[in-house]
Amino acid sequence: MQAKSDLPQGTLDLLILKIVALGPVHGYAIAQRLQQVSRDVVQVPQGSLYPALHRLEYRGLLAADWKETETGREAKFYHLTRKGRAQLETEAADWQRLTEAVGLILRLAEGGAR
Amino acid sequence: MNWWKRLWRRKQMEEQLDKEMRFHIEQHTSELIARGHDPEEARRAARLALGGPEQVKEDCRDARGTRWLEDLLQDVRYALRMLRKNPGFAAVALLTLALGSGATTVMFTVVNGVLLKPLPYPEPEKLVLLQEKTEKATRLGNLWAFAYPNYLDVKRESHSLDMAAWRFGGGAVREPEKAEYVYGRQISSDLLSLLGITLVRGRAFSPEDDRLAAAPVAIISSNLWQRLFGGSADAVGKPLVLDGKSYTVIGILPAGFQLEGETDLDVFTPLGQDSSPSMKRRDRHPGISVVARLRPGATLAQAQTELAVIGPHLAEQYPDSNAGRSFIADPLRPDVGDVGSTLWLLLGAVSLVLLIACANVANLLLARAVSREREFAMRAALGAKRSRLVRQCLTESAVLGLSGGALGILLAAAGIRPFVAFWPGSLPRAEEIQLDWRVLGFALGVSLLSGFLFGLAPALRVPVRDLERRIRSGGRTVAGHSRRLHGTFVISEIALAVVLLVSAGILGRTLLRLSSLDPGVNIRNVLTARMELPPATLANPKQILPAWQDVLDHARRVPGVESVATVDTVPMREGNNQIGYSTTQAIPQPDQLPLALATSVSPEYLKVMGIPLLRGRFIDDHDRKGSEIVMVIDDVMARLAFGNEDPVGKRLWIPDNSSPFSEGPTGPEAVRVVGVVGHVRHWGPASDDAAKVRAQFYYPFAQVTDSLLHRWSDLMSIAVRTTSSPLNLVEPLEKGVRGATGDQVLTELRTMEQLAIGTLAQQRMLLLLFGVFAGLALLLACIGVYGVLAYLTNQRVPEIGVRMALGATARDVIQLVLRQSIGMIFIGVGVGIAGALVAGRLLERFVGGVRSVEPMTFAMMVSVLVIAALFASFVPARRACRVDPVKALRQD
Repeated sequence: MQAKSDLPQGTLDLLILKIVALGPVHGYAIAQRLQQVSRDVVQVPQGSLYPALHRLEYRGLLAADWKETETGREAKFYHLTRKGRAQLETEAADWQRLTEAVGLILRLAEGGAR
Repeated sequence: MNWWKRLWRRKQMEEQLDKEMRFHIEQHTSELIARGHDPEEARRAARLALGGPEQVKEDCRDARGTRWLEDLLQDVRYALRMLRKNPGFAAVALLTLALGSGATTVMFTVVNGVLLKPLPYPEPEKLVLLQEKTEKATRLGNLWAFAYPNYLDVKRESHSLDMAAWRFGGGAVREPEKAEYVYGRQISSDLLSLLGITLVRGRAFSPEDDRLAAAPVAIISSNLWQRLFGGSADAVGKPLVLDGKSYTVIGILPAGFQLEGETDLDVFTPLGQDSSPSMKRRDRHPGISVVARLRPGATLAQAQTELAVIGPHLAEQYPDSNAGRSFIADPLRPDVGDVGSTLWLLLGAVSLVLLIACANVANLLLARAVSREREFAMRAALGAKRSRLVRQCLTESAVLGLSGGALGILLAAAGIRPFVAFWPGSLPRAEEIQLDWRVLGFALGVSLLSGFLFGLAPALRVPVRDLERRIRSGGRTVAGHSRRLHGTFVISEIALAVVLLVSAGILGRTLLRLSSLDPGVNIRNVLTARMELPPATLANPKQILPAWQDVLDHARRVPGVESVATVDTVPMREGNNQIGYSTTQAIPQPDQLPLALATSVSPEYLKVMGIPLLRGRFIDDHDRKGSEIVMVIDDVMARLAFGNEDPVGKRLWIPDNSSPFSEGPTGPEAVRVVGVVGHVRHWGPASDDAAKVRAQFYYPFAQVTDSLLHRWSDLMSIAVRTTSSPLNLVEPLEKGVRGATGDQVLTELRTMEQLAIGTLAQQRMLLLLFGVFAGLALLLACIGVYGVLAYLTNQRVPEIGVRMALGATARDVIQLVLRQSIGMIFIGVGVGIAGALVAGRLLERFVGGVRSVEPMTFAMMVSVLVIAALFASFVPARRACRVDPVKALRQD
């Protein structure tokens, strides 16, 4: 089994926001989705998912209400607030810029010094 | 959702959290089952994947951001439950704290009202006090009240200050029934607007009113408005007869108006209407008070720079009067006299009591903490963090401190008025003494701080290591650590109690010594009162002496009056007149001239006051204008001026600028000494020995030069010796001296006994309160000693059992316990004596007549404490020696 890397600090919030942005979703589904989309490359301990959700809710980036699932059970569905959407956009842009910059540096190192 | 809503809906949120976790696990489980896992196995795997639902929940609660508040509430609830469960402990601790913080709050309320509150005018920080300052200082210093012309000039030239002025006023107001003396001020027209006072009725003075020969108008206080006009709306426009002159009332001041802290001022007239010639002079002037308000944008520094320019400018213009004279501005502050030091001393003393109270409660808490060790160890073992446990301990003590503080505030609220009423004489700014936000803040701070103080020791004992041993030991074994801490508390309590006891002792001895001092006059059955002649009489100097003679004759005819005299400065009352004298005709420089207290009297004064005549004769009816000018000196002055020679018949010289016998430059005035009398403690028994000017002489009022008679009469009092209690004679005497016009009234009626007691008021008040505080301290310290020894002895019961089983006698056991307490008591006394020496120095510095180092006082007060403390430790010792060894051993 391939070793999984830990999620870089602060990216869990970004990933959660992104997943929730696709539509109202409950905690378990978020955990599933995280696992699928990351193709088991990153390790998201389920234990840290819920504190993160509650923290985002407390900060007003997420809101939640209780709805029925397809199986007829009641679950807590999270959705993005206006503030959360703005946060997602800035954070995503930041992330993009950061990864591009890091990639640039890495390529530069491969090309050798002038 | 904001935090308080979250807190409010805590229960609901807990349920939802639980539901969310359950949903997750069940969902995961069913999915695993669907993939073919065994149901039991699936449930376990789901739980494992989540990482322990309880832990996740805890983390979620943390993420909510209201965690600290929830913990706090939980701790507070827990603390309250603990208090309810131990009502005895709670009652003792709360009562101790309530007393300590209540007394401290009362003292702080007084300090706050009298010393800390700003003046009761809008924007008080912009008010400044202006004074004249001379280059050369005389015996009275180098700061002076303004001359009226100087005030007008400075006011005109200043750009940064709005200025206003006032001077002493008031007089007899004639009412239909009887005349009454009212206090008042002559004020410049802009004073009220400058201070920011709005009249409740009528109008303020206009600049037109503030001139010579303008129509006489007056503004009166709300109080006088009620007394004279019954508060009727048409009082404005009515006439008011003051000192025989009719004024029109044009305005009424709001209730509670005060000037210079005086609240009993009733009549205000325009300063500019004062026609006395001295108002036009820049030297030998009556002096007016000047207050100013910084104009918008101006600073005090600007004003000072500006004044520094105006001063020399005026000095150039009027070199005779203004050479070397400048003008200075200082922030205007409430004048509270010397009461400040007394109040700070009392606040200091009462904080010592509070500290003792804290030490006592700390002892109680510490003892409880030791017995709760097991509980804490258990919680630590279950995963509670140390910081969490420490926080809980501190929360508990803060709850205790705050509850005690709240009770203390209630005590203070109930006690503050009686306390102020109880203060001898009157406290300056007494009307400002109220519980306000500052006092509440102080009380809150004090209770939190004390909570922290006494909560710290138990909190730091929260266990971290040896959890298992502690849980097993059941909190019975005492670590040496705790015993040392208990010892430290007891030692500090004893030390603090020693400081208070010795201070009270020092004050008591001082009061005893001062009260036994001979004031130099026979204070029994003497009544004194200020009195003023009608203005019509004063206008003619030829009428003044006969008028006073007439007053004396009428007073003498009142049944019960033995003798009566006029006197300008009454011993032990405020006011004195210091005059320089020389033993040679060539008078030395003014600053090298010895000073004496000069008193102008009528012949019977010696008899009225019961002052012993030592040599020669006293002033008699033959000393009058035209005859040789005479004086009678006291034995202090006799020794200073003439050494061992007989002063009678010798001459002294008085510089012409201060001579009461002539006015104008006539050369040194020769005065014949005709007699020597005993010294009178004019400054009161406490301060007289240390006073700068003690020499005294008496001179005949009948020989005062005509032009000064008016001014002398303004300050005149009469003194009456009576055959029975002088207070019974007040009414007949008032009737007797009323005079033809009926407006000669007596004010400031005091018996000499009252005046003598008044001079020791500060000492008496301090002694009383220090006595109360010391008593409290003694009681608390004894409770502390008893409590700690009882507790420690109780902890040592098994050890004592062993000792007794091994053959120790009851005597040995008592000794064992007492040795422990004697150690603490003696260290405490040692520390306390060092503290008491410092406290004694403070008392010596701030309280008149105190001698700080009196070994007898120290010995007495310390032995009181040692005996009480030994007695307190004897009770647990006795109990220890009755320990049944068998039972004690079985306890383990």
